[in-house]
Amino acid sequence: MTTHVHAGSTPKHYLIDGYGIRSWLLTTDHKRIAILYLASVTVMFALGGLFAIFVRLELLTPAGDLMQAETYNKMFTMHGIAMVFFFLIPAVPAVLGNFLIPLMIGAKDLAFPRINLLSWYVFVVGGLFSLYAMIAGGIDTGWTFYTPYSTAWSNTNVVPTAVGIFITGFSSILTGLNFMATIHKMRAPGLTWFRLPLFVWAHYATSIIMILGTPVLAITIVLVALDRIGKFGIFDPAAGGDPVLFQHLFWFYSHPAVYIMILPSMGVISELVSAFSRKRVFGYSFVAFSSLAIALIGFLVWGHHMFVSGQSVYASLVFSVLSFLVAIPSAVKVFNWTATLHKGRISFETPMLYVFGFIGLFTIGGLTGLFLASLGLDVHVHDTYFIVAHFHYIMVGGVIMGYLGGLHFWWPKMTGRMYPEWWGRLSALVIFIGFNLTFFPQFVLGYLGMPRRYHAYPEEFQVLNVMSTAGASILGVGYLIPLVYMIWSMRYGKVAPDNPWGAKGLEWETGSPPPTHNFEKPPEVVSEAYAYHEHPAEARHG
Amino acid sequence: MARTRDVFWHHFQDLEHQRETSALGMWIFLITEILFFGGMFACYVVYRTAYPEAWLAGSATLDVKLGAINTAVLIGSSLTMAMAVHAAQLGKRMPLVVFLVLTIVLGGIFLGIKAVEYEHKWEENLIPGPAFDFHGQGAGNVQLFFALYFALTGMHALHMVIGIGLLGNLVRQSLAGRFDAAYNTPVEMVGLYWHFVDIVWIFLFPLLYLLGRH
Amino acid sequence: MLSDLPFFPKQASTLAGEVDALYLFLVGLSAIMSALIAGTLIFFAIRYRRGTKVDRSNPPEGSLALEMIWSLIPLAVVMVIFAWGASVFFKIARPPDDATSIQVVGKRWMWKLQHANGRREINELHVPVGRAVRLTMTSEDVIHSFYVPAFRVKQDVLPGRYTHVWFEPTRPGRYHLFCAEYCGTKHSRMIGSVIVMEPDEFQAWLGGGQAGVSPAAAGQKLFNELGCASCHSKESGSRGPALDGLYGSTVLLERGETAVADEEYIRESIVDPMARVVRGYSPLMPTFKGLVAEEGLFQIMEYIKTLEGERDARAERADAPAATPGALPETAEERK
Repeated sequence: MTTHVHAGSTPKHYLIDGYGIRSWLLTTDHKRIAILYLASVTVMFALGGLFAIFVRLELLTPAGDLMQAETYNKMFTMHGIAMVFFFLIPAVPAVLGNFLIPLMIGAKDLAFPRINLLSWYVFVVGGLFSLYAMIAGGIDTGWTFYTPYSTAWSNTNVVPTAVGIFITGFSSILTGLNFMATIHKMRAPGLTWFRLPLFVWAHYATSIIMILGTPVLAITIVLVALDRIGKFGIFDPAAGGDPVLFQHLFWFYSHPAVYIMILPSMGVISELVSAFSRKRVFGYSFVAFSSLAIALIGFLVWGHHMFVSGQSVYASLVFSVLSFLVAIPSAVKVFNWTATLHKGRISFETPMLYVFGFIGLFTIGGLTGLFLASLGLDVHVHDTYFIVAHFHYIMVGGVIMGYLGGLHFWWPKMTGRMYPEWWGRLSALVIFIGFNLTFFPQFVLGYLGMPRRYHAYPEEFQVLNVMSTAGASILGVGYLIPLVYMIWSMRYGKVAPDNPWGAKGLEWETGSPPPTHNFEKPPEVVSEAYAYHEHPAEARHG
Repeated sequence: MARTRDVFWHHFQDLEHQRETSALGMWIFLITEILFFGGMFACYVVYRTAYPEAWLAGSATLDVKLGAINTAVLIGSSLTMAMAVHAAQLGKRMPLVVFLVLTIVLGGIFLGIKAVEYEHKWEENLIPGPAFDFHGQGAGNVQLFFALYFALTGMHALHMVIGIGLLGNLVRQSLAGRFDAAYNTPVEMVGLYWHFVDIVWIFLFPLLYLLGRH
Repeated sequence: MLSDLPFFPKQASTLAGEVDALYLFLVGLSAIMSALIAGTLIFFAIRYRRGTKVDRSNPPEGSLALEMIWSLIPLAVVMVIFAWGASVFFKIARPPDDATSIQVVGKRWMWKLQHANGRREINELHVPVGRAVRLTMTSEDVIHSFYVPAFRVKQDVLPGRYTHVWFEPTRPGRYHLFCAEYCGTKHSRMIGSVIVMEPDEFQAWLGGGQAGVSPAAAGQKLFNELGCASCHSKESGSRGPALDGLYGSTVLLERGETAVADEEYIRESIVDPMARVVRGYSPLMPTFKGLVAEEGLFQIMEYIKTLEGERDARAERADAPAATPGALPETAEERK
């Protein structure tokens, strides 16, 4: 059931259908736009990583001796901003989601191709604004830019950075809008909702969050700018304003934002675990609904960032219990992925290694979320390295592992080339080891009481900090290796067949890379998702 | 007359599919706008609950007459917008252009009156910031009322300006004959946007101007 | 004993052990869950790797029973954790009635503390072992956070508001005090120590050193210097209500609402007197924002707390009308 690309007799694949910079910068092809995003987010990831290097280097010694305090404060701020807004939020949806959703649903493109291109330009413009702010002096408010420090006290480039994030927020909104309309209206005949790949369900749930959450961040940024430039006083106690109101508005977006980051990655994991077990995901509808549950309940828990902010005990109680509830659908996913392996035919190519890494690290990260949802315990660990460790386990151990796994899995589809398998496995291992060495000590540091955002720290915390920095250097190497071999493979990698993994899914039923309009003939869907058992002739026997 | 091949995108099944999808997209966008304004409404609710006196005092300084005129003007512009969409659906080019222009004119009147109101506030030193100066009860927190007044109406006015820009573009396209009974989706979409901006004002007017007035 | 483990913080307050118990339970639970999942994954990965000859017939695609089990059991477990965490939290949030009061002002980048007898400290807090201490805190500038890891307590310190934290130390020693809410350049230098002493040593320490004027006495001085007494007198027809017995009482406000005259109310009445006006009085009081520092506000508060008296002397004045809702605001000229 695969279509083969024969030179001269079939449409050109999308990479060579049009040459020159204009054909790329003015493209409306979702696949090219995905590649444009890939380049942009990789640059921002490198930038965020650079800031992280400075942070970890300074933290090798207890004294603040590598750089001045204000410089250090800018480093961790810009690390957070670059990573959160310009890498973690867009990476999986804008690269993999953009590339795959139309393919997975049998469509020729997203619903609004020009808006897709616009979303990339908006992302780039926002990124340039923030980049300018970083270069022209930097920003030191922390990525959470709490008031009144950010509105009345910091003398760094708060407004340009805020404008950059505001603009980039629209990229997120436009992407979510496009995905929702596409998934509703552009599915191939026969493709009912419950035949959709779980990757699509995950992106649908993500789009709900993008739509409902991002605008609140946008207006919060506007109010911060009005306070800072016009001294409006909305968050200034001297004018009767409430700085904690800022926190409510900020976290109303920024908590759901973390689900924008993790849900698409979870979607990737569903696809990978199925492909490399050659089996339908266990509990399909539960996994699908759990994405929606996470999206919805995720909007109700923002106050768990504010247990010691001065909010009432009763508000804290409500947010605590809801935060425990939101853990359940995530746990359900982990259990279902694990059960998928039962009676499967498992192989251990690079993407599957990332799956194991994800499940392990996300489980630990998620379990530490229970620590934080517990009111009595959060009081002690809030604003310490325990929190830093928790969210890095999920963001890096979860989101980035899923992203890398997906990138490797769909690399042949996107580029028509295979990455070098042994280098892939090696770097997955290096990343896993480096990651744990970097962030596990931070749990211990946090419980010991080391606060976050500290330029200098008491001597007794040094051993753990040195371990963490050592791990970070290994992790950095682990990220560099794929950067090198992925680029290398685009020219020298083995030419990929249409379906190198023997996986199920409409994207595998067209060329690698696909033709510009995705399918020579619009597909019609007659089977369920992950229909491995329906074609025993293709399955490899045990 | 619209040439289907110029306006039809081939990843859709047909023009109707394209229109339905566009409408869905616009509704989703309007939902984001509800959340966008919603953040400011949330601030309004919080501060009004905390400082009811300041809210009364601030509201009392707003000119109800001008606000009411503006409300009527905007509702009128929604009427002319609906007439424009109707004309487009019937394929009547001249009425379409006329109603679009009328909508722009009414929108312009709204913005003009708003400018007059803002100017009054400037003269009365009621713009929040270092020059803010208010006499009377609730003085300490009345600046917050005005901060939200300007944030809300300013953001609304910005949306009106964008809307007028979109309408202007529609006028240009209508004169060039782009729309007919078979294809008039952009007119419908801008109409949805314009009605939304109108509804935001319907909320703003009583919440800002009509507090404490019986 | 636990505290003697390397990489584990000292337990130095009555609640530290409770927090640690919850923590260790969660560590154990997490270890078990992680081991279970990792173990199952590894087991399946090995057993069902491609090429093994095991029974793969009729692989289940789902199981409602399993889904229910692994949703409902975790749900029950997390509800237990919630309840446990909440009960510890209630203890953290509720100081005992007999706690000693200390006032704290955070400012970039130092902690200023004052004991009830007037003794001041900067970045250090001496307390006796075995006695509960309640801190009333505010900030002069941005949000800070008062954090003592050894006591397992933390509370954000806000400008324009009072927040509270309490603890009862159980071990003499010197413990880290950290600012835990990023506040700018020297955030990581806004640190100090809490020094817990034996009770008699503490008494000696408290009495020695610079004998400070008690906050209440300093507050009375301010009260007179700033002219508060000229309006807030017990004479009939005075422009402001008398303040005897005010602290802790319920005040009737203009529009029929009531408010409890707690620390927050008193502070607001001084810096923003128009916000809540007492029924029967005209909104005449000028604001003292910027004229009194946070320490001064604390001192005036302590003074007001010492003013005992009958509350019904302050009931609504029958001869004065309540303010008309919606009336146009007075100009400054009308007010004079």
